[in-house]
Amino acid sequence: MLNEVGHFALVLALAMALVQSVLPIVGAQRGDTRLMATAAPSAGAVFALVAFAFAALTVAYIRSDFSVLNVFENSHSAKPMVYKISGVWGNHEGSMLLWVLVLATFGFLAAVLGRNMPLSLRATVVSVQGWVSTAFLAFILATSNPFERLFPAPFEGQDLNPLLQDIGLAIHPPLLYVGYVGFSIVFAFAIAALIEGRLDAAWARWVRPWILGSWIFLTLGIAMGSYWAYYELGWGGWWFWDPVENASFMPWLAGTALLHSAAVMEKRDALKVWTILLAIVAFSLSLLGTFLVRSGVLTSVHAFASDPTRGLFILMILAAFIGGAFLLFALRAGTLKAGGAFAPMSREGALVFNNVFLTTACATVLVGTLYPLVLETVTGGKISVGPPYFNMTFIPLMVPLFLALPAGPLLAWKRGDAAAAAVRLLPAIVVAMFGAAASAWLAGEETALTAAFGIGIGLYLVVGSVAELWLRTGRGAAGARLARLPRLPRAMWGTAFGHLGVGVTVIGIAALSAFQTEVIRDMGPGDTASLAGYELTLARAERVEGPNYTDTVAVFDVRRGGRVVDTLRPAKRHYPARNMPTTEAAIKTMGPTQLYVTLGEVADGKVVVRLFYKPFVLFIWIGALIAALGGVLSLADRKLRIGLPAPARRRVPQGAAGAGA
Amino acid sequence: MTGGGMMGRGMRARIAALFVLLLAFAGPALAVNPDEQLADPAQEARARELSKELRCVVCQNQTIDDSDADIARDLRLLVRERITAGDSDEEVLAFLTDRYGDFVLLRPPFNAATVALWAMPALLLVLGLIAATVYLRRRPELAVGERGLTAEEEAALADVLAARRAAREGPPPSDPA
Repeated sequence: MLNEVGHFALVLALAMALVQSVLPIVGAQRGDTRLMATAAPSAGAVFALVAFAFAALTVAYIRSDFSVLNVFENSHSAKPMVYKISGVWGNHEGSMLLWVLVLATFGFLAAVLGRNMPLSLRATVVSVQGWVSTAFLAFILATSNPFERLFPAPFEGQDLNPLLQDIGLAIHPPLLYVGYVGFSIVFAFAIAALIEGRLDAAWARWVRPWILGSWIFLTLGIAMGSYWAYYELGWGGWWFWDPVENASFMPWLAGTALLHSAAVMEKRDALKVWTILLAIVAFSLSLLGTFLVRSGVLTSVHAFASDPTRGLFILMILAAFIGGAFLLFALRAGTLKAGGAFAPMSREGALVFNNVFLTTACATVLVGTLYPLVLETVTGGKISVGPPYFNMTFIPLMVPLFLALPAGPLLAWKRGDAAAAAVRLLPAIVVAMFGAAASAWLAGEETALTAAFGIGIGLYLVVGSVAELWLRTGRGAAGARLARLPRLPRAMWGTAFGHLGVGVTVIGIAALSAFQTEVIRDMGPGDTASLAGYELTLARAERVEGPNYTDTVAVFDVRRGGRVVDTLRPAKRHYPARNMPTTEAAIKTMGPTQLYVTLGEVADGKVVVRLFYKPFVLFIWIGALIAALGGVLSLADRKLRIGLPAPARRRVPQGAAGAGA
Repeated sequence: MTGGGMMGRGMRARIAALFVLLLAFAGPALAVNPDEQLADPAQEARARELSKELRCVVCQNQTIDDSDADIARDLRLLVRERITAGDSDEEVLAFLTDRYGDFVLLRPPFNAATVALWAMPALLLVLGLIAATVYLRRRPELAVGERGLTAEEEAALADVLAARRAAREGPPPSDPA
């Protein structure tokens, strides 16, 4: 019963989404406040109905209601509760429902937040968001009904893909979807600006929190997915340039470019047309990512949907939104006036440089991802574009970007002094040189170049970011400057943390590439393998029963200097429901460094063991966390808080007192 | 804690038996196996590097170095066979593309079909830089003397203006929502 009500709620949500799509924007065009006022209730209704449908599906999963096809195919009564719940979105229908839930949430938030925005802009934004909701609700109802019944109801479910039975599934998709779908609001803002023909610094200030928020979630979602793949897939890689990874990476690159161009627009009223274009591109890439993953045109673990009607439907949505947006852009972009003037050597100029490289990198990933598909369609030729291609093209684009990065914030708006910036970067350059030399010496002949370049650039970014913050504290005694640090605007901290995070990630990647060591060998009971100063002795094997699986565990005693420091328990896990085995890596973390052990084939009483020593590997994800924290700090900046003009007035007494300094 | 050398014979036998049990779950084996590896470390290193350039042709975006599929193992052995036979890296790759086509290469070869793929990044970068230069050139020049204010000056100015406005408009409302 609840399932049918859930299905019906989706139908009603579609109807309400149509209302949301039409009435507020018509009101905005006619200047009719009553019609515009329908934005909040209609968006609220869509949100409530979709949330209800999502809750209904979750209940079906919790109850293991196998009369629902989707639950039967992706759940099992013995599955732990957390995976029953996360299993809701561990399949095509459920994950599309989550997509629409996030979409509806953003629509509702846009309708109730931003009370200081002009009523017509808000109404238009909410309506455009409604178009997206309408399209995806129609998609779910037409091709991907999650409430489809099964008769007679089977006694037991088929269980979830074991690779997905992990806490990663509970966290990764929701984070990623909030990021992806968050760009729909940014897109709605861009379309609204084009329709209204009004685009100014205020617009940039209203849209900035949405960009930042989406970017933070996308950053966390990608980092989480990368760490999940690292520990779950069992071969210790953290990024594979898999088309599905690229599908989330492209919106991130475009979003990062957008974040920076919107800053120029907000401060200097320049780069307006470009910012609009990037906003459209970022969401188009989110849609493209959804299409690539959901249509099954790519064969990959993520593509649990390989139904051509679905692919065609998403392709139509894609064509309508992207095509429509670009058409509107072509028609209206000319009416937008150019903004403030600046010299090429300035903060604005540096951010233009940033945008050229980030968008080129994004386009490179796009070309590499789609090229095999296009080539096969056009000529029938089959080629593979894999990590060697992406590393060869992407990394050279990042090097100039990273070299210029710490200089950007040191240049003044309008007209900067390159020589002065270079002098201020001297400490960073010196540290980077020393670091590069030391790591080249440590790395030995083969990886010296990787180590020197990577660690050097990483240190340069880290020291550069810290130096930028320090230089902002002005002149005077160190103690006085230190006291000034916490009082710096949060956005400044945000910039520094964002850039610091990039540096930390670069160090992690470089250290791993240059210093990782690996041992592959047969081991029997009592055998000892040495790796990076650690001795790992295979002590015994054990069988461990999990809730819905059986682990065969190899227990390793880890010694350092003859003393046992830890026990590692890598396992081969067997899920009887799907008769599918997985490899569970055992990981020992020492600061940012990890020992990583996985099991392979077994023969003649011996097991194949693959042991990795992964120095500084955690820096890769810690850097992403630091960058995301930078985003949060920027979001918390006073100027982005809603009701902006009022706090400025309120702060007069302190501000006036400090102005004399 | 059990010392490595303190294990009895019976225990060892039991452990060995347990290991055989693992066979029942002949699961995803590890990619590179010890029995495949070449004795010469330099040759083995070359084989590993080459393996990272080759696609497991039946897999979903995996290199033969990462994959546990049978075909990947066959390809790894083939690579090592060719290396032992004295082939250069190029000859090994040519040997494999003759049999499996360009599909097996994760770094696509440069030819008529892939010229756009390889040229695109550089082309886009050049176009982007040209566009940016044209844009920067066409911008209205900053007037002589219009140097812009530093961040501190701007903040000070904003505060002064706000103070003036506040003084003109009377005390601020207590709750500025």
